[in-house]
Amino acid sequence: MSTDTPDAPVDDAPSRAELAARVDDLENALAEATSEDDDKRMSIIATKGTLDMAYPPLILASTAAAFGYEVTVFHTFWGLDILHEERSKNLKLSSVGNPNMPVPNAVAALPGMDRVTTRMMEKRIADNDTATVEELLETSLDMGVEFQACQMTIDLMDYDEDDFYDGVTTGVGAATALQDMADADIQLLV
Amino acid sequence: MNAEFDVTETLDVKGASCPMPVVKTKSAIDDLDEGAILEVVATDPGSMSDIDGWAAGTGGVELVDQEEGDDVYRHYVRKTE
Repeated sequence: MSTDTPDAPVDDAPSRAELAARVDDLENALAEATSEDDDKRMSIIATKGTLDMAYPPLILASTAAAFGYEVTVFHTFWGLDILHEERSKNLKLSSVGNPNMPVPNAVAALPGMDRVTTRMMEKRIADNDTATVEELLETSLDMGVEFQACQMTIDLMDYDEDDFYDGVTTGVGAATALQDMADADIQLLV
Repeated sequence: MNAEFDVTETLDVKGASCPMPVVKTKSAIDDLDEGAILEVVATDPGSMSDIDGWAAGTGGVELVDQEEGDDVYRHYVRKTE
């Protein structure tokens, strides 16, 4: 039988079964690409450890959890203090460098002024029934928010892994944070 | 109190401020059965917008009604699934 018989091209063409399989593959890929992704994710990087800056990541984390987001908060540098069981209860407010403070910077720089402004803020938090940092953290943990403590800065600050609240993840680094950010619908650096 | 629906449970978040009214509402809704209606009583004026936004952005819940009284804000949330 010669190679140019009419049957030859039919042998090269995909079989009916192959075509059906290909159609199935494409339908699956289309369904995956167009399906509504229920798995909403938020990734926050918390780098600050002052009393005022501890609030935004915690408020957004707990609120996002209430919206059904899977939330990861990666704490690094001074942000670690928010997760530090002892230090989180004594976060300070800086009196200098904030032009909205009622005292000029020259006065604010005097010894003891940070303590005064911190007390002032703590009193306002109590008077307004605003949740404390500890309450927000515990609430967020209860709601399934994952708090991560950056291992490099734990070592840098000479903290111990046992210093952090129960449920805090340690032993993670920038690659973990980056992966979380890549997978997230919302990414924030605070 | 309201003829159109029966309240299954009441959550008192008076005194609590953002984000607690929303966060506690979410936790309370999780404990209820489908079809149940949760009444949330708050004093935070921001809860009017926040509970509305939360209900709109969250699956499985529906804001049935909101009432603004004298310093008290009542929200009625139905668990739909």
